[in-house]
Amino acid sequence: MNAIVNFTNKLLNNRFGNNKSLNNKLTDIFKFNGGVHPPEHKVESTTLPITRLAIPEKLTLPLRQHVGNLPKVKVQVGDYVLKGQILAEAEGTVSAAIHAPTSGTIAAIAEQTIPHPSGLPDMCITLLPDGKDTWTGLKPIDWRNTPKKDLVASLRASGIVGLGGATFPTQVKLRADGKSGVHTLVINAAECEPYISCDDMLMRERAGEIVKGIAIAQYLLGAETCIIGIEDNKPEAASSMANACIDHAGMLVKVVPTLYPSGDARRLVHLLLGTEIPSDKRSTDVGLQVFNVATVLALYRYFEFGEPSINRIVTMTGSVKTPQNFEVLFGTPLQSLIAAAGGIKPEVSHFIMGGPMMGFDLPNAGFPNVDIPITKAANCIIAAAPRQFAAPPPAMPCIRCARCADACPVSLQPQELYWFAKSDNFEKVRDYNLFDCIECGCCTYVCPSNIPLVQYYRYAKSEIIAIDRAKEAANMARERNDFRIARVEREKLERAQKHAERAQAGKAEINNDVNAEAPTDKQAVIAAAIARAKAQKLAASGMTGTSTEKTIMPATPATVMANQTETLNNETAKPDKQALIAAALERAKAQKLAAAQAGIAPKNTENVSAFVQAEINKIDAIREKAQQATATSKTSS
Amino acid sequence: MFTALYIMLGLALLLGVLLGVSALLLKVEGDPLVARIDAILPQTQCGQCGYPGCKPYATAIANGDADINQCPPGGDAGAHALADLMGVEYKPLNAEHGLPKPKSVAFIDETTCIGCTLCIQACPVDAILGAAKHMHTIIASECTGCELCLAPCPVDCISMLAVAETPDNWKWKYPVFPIKVVPLHSPTSAT
Repeated sequence: MNAIVNFTNKLLNNRFGNNKSLNNKLTDIFKFNGGVHPPEHKVESTTLPITRLAIPEKLTLPLRQHVGNLPKVKVQVGDYVLKGQILAEAEGTVSAAIHAPTSGTIAAIAEQTIPHPSGLPDMCITLLPDGKDTWTGLKPIDWRNTPKKDLVASLRASGIVGLGGATFPTQVKLRADGKSGVHTLVINAAECEPYISCDDMLMRERAGEIVKGIAIAQYLLGAETCIIGIEDNKPEAASSMANACIDHAGMLVKVVPTLYPSGDARRLVHLLLGTEIPSDKRSTDVGLQVFNVATVLALYRYFEFGEPSINRIVTMTGSVKTPQNFEVLFGTPLQSLIAAAGGIKPEVSHFIMGGPMMGFDLPNAGFPNVDIPITKAANCIIAAAPRQFAAPPPAMPCIRCARCADACPVSLQPQELYWFAKSDNFEKVRDYNLFDCIECGCCTYVCPSNIPLVQYYRYAKSEIIAIDRAKEAANMARERNDFRIARVEREKLERAQKHAERAQAGKAEINNDVNAEAPTDKQAVIAAAIARAKAQKLAASGMTGTSTEKTIMPATPATVMANQTETLNNETAKPDKQALIAAALERAKAQKLAAAQAGIAPKNTENVSAFVQAEINKIDAIREKAQQATATSKTSS
Repeated sequence: MFTALYIMLGLALLLGVLLGVSALLLKVEGDPLVARIDAILPQTQCGQCGYPGCKPYATAIANGDADINQCPPGGDAGAHALADLMGVEYKPLNAEHGLPKPKSVAFIDETTCIGCTLCIQACPVDAILGAAKHMHTIIASECTGCELCLAPCPVDCISMLAVAETPDNWKWKYPVFPIKVVPLHSPTSAT
């Protein structure tokens, strides 16, 4: 019934003008399917204000802190860097820069354990702070009087990524041409996941700066309206935000009911605007863009003060003495954060990064002294005790109760996905839109059989991605193999052709020879034979001579001719050659002399660079000196 | 009576012409079955199947000369896919043709390489770079791990390195549950 009323309302609104529908859109909440209500546990960490953490003794900055390509390292071990100086610059379209969070010396660029579900090591830059915290020269940008294109381009060096946890580079989301076609900016401040309260505290304390950041983002996107979506379990944050944006036309705070996962971008858009973004499209295709509150704050800090992204707010909660939010420099060791929160309680068994629903267990090596740095993605660290985070009981068989389907916010069929993922039927699981799954964990949360459904989906997803990559590589290999076969074939043909040509040419030559010399050939052979016989006779008669050797040589017509003329030319030939050589020498000398007189130096020194010219001059000077030295020694001797 | 005959004859002629024209227009170039088999094969071009590359093997399968279980790099999944495509019973891999190995790429020890170019000639995908009497090197991203370059090397400077797991290619594992040992009820405690 409700659906029908909604539908007729929508129809009426569309008919009677956009104004009314916009008004409706600005006040109504559009519920999405499913969702769950896990215990919130947010109050624990919101009793104390945000505290700035002291500079630790060591900062470890993983290169992999964002989605996309790894940045390119621009510093070397031993370099002294200033706070805010770029350490690694963005490489490729989707990438983000990394900056020095404080001044100090680069101690190492090596592999270390990073906060990643794999627990594998990856490239990190280690910075030893000098404690002075000296800023590099900051360049605030007058964003109102700079072309949008330049502003977005400059963001590439800002290192700002989505701070809600997805860590997608922000410059990619703000189109480079400045004409995005986005009419509404959605600010994601729902913060739906239990335990996390960093955005809540940020909004309570820095609403003014956030609103200024929103204004910049709106300007960059050309978005006229902005809707800030806040869950109703954060009334303080909602009121402070509403107060801050009271004199900004087109900025509106919309309080949404608390329901996990309303903080997912597509769910939030649906909640606030009733727009379902098609699964194969981006939000910009329907004129929307979604930013996290902390991200717009980082935008404000960058444009207004020139500060790159070097810190973030992290919720340190769970079984620690004083759960609290901290402003933490990237690269800060987890231990410093734990110490600032008063240390962990004895029952803690491991640490979780992110929330309890979507977060992952940090590698537990060396517990409780886990050596893991805080990165751009780290919105929350939970010290987990078995009391709250017990290992799930063994999974029971699926009874196909379809509770997971009821809870799925993306309206998938988790029971089917589970069935196919479990049996490695990857084609089928893809057909059931596995890649629309946001891995929110609602299905796992409600499963009465305690089946770790999301784990199966993650497994299937990564297997499918690996298969796709292998397929791509196979296609590439096929192409290269085909090309190689074609090339080998072509080379063979070319070689055969060359052989054939050469054979033909050889034959033609022989033919030519035979044709030209044929009539004289026989006579020549006879003549040669006669000559040979004569020579032999001469030799036999005791006349030794050099000509005997020559007569043994195969008697081609040419040699015969030579033999015949040899006796005539023998005396004149030798002087002739010498005369030729002498003449050539004479000529060369004359040329040299002429060149020297004309002042031309025979060098390839035209169009050389200044550096090369200098080199040549130097060598010439040395040569001249050497010549002079030899000349003087000659004269003295 | 003849009307019916003419109608049938007319229809037959019409349909015949239609079929003939469509056969010309919708002609399929090449053998699509070979291409489909080739698409399943992993394209390592290693020749472990006994054929000089993936396409010849695909052709042999299509002609019924070769079995579907001769491709170790394709693994069990490949054999299943081929069985599905050919409509035959799945067979486990034939061990005669080798066993599946973890994906690896060739590596040239550049200090030992003498620059003989024999490996370059052996590489089926042109993944080795070098020139005569100059050091050679492998383009790792193009190497299929076929091991064809190992045999011709006169100084044995090529080795196969398994591709290491990095956060980039790391995969979520299949969920497993640790099995807990539950002590059996001993007869004494039961009583």
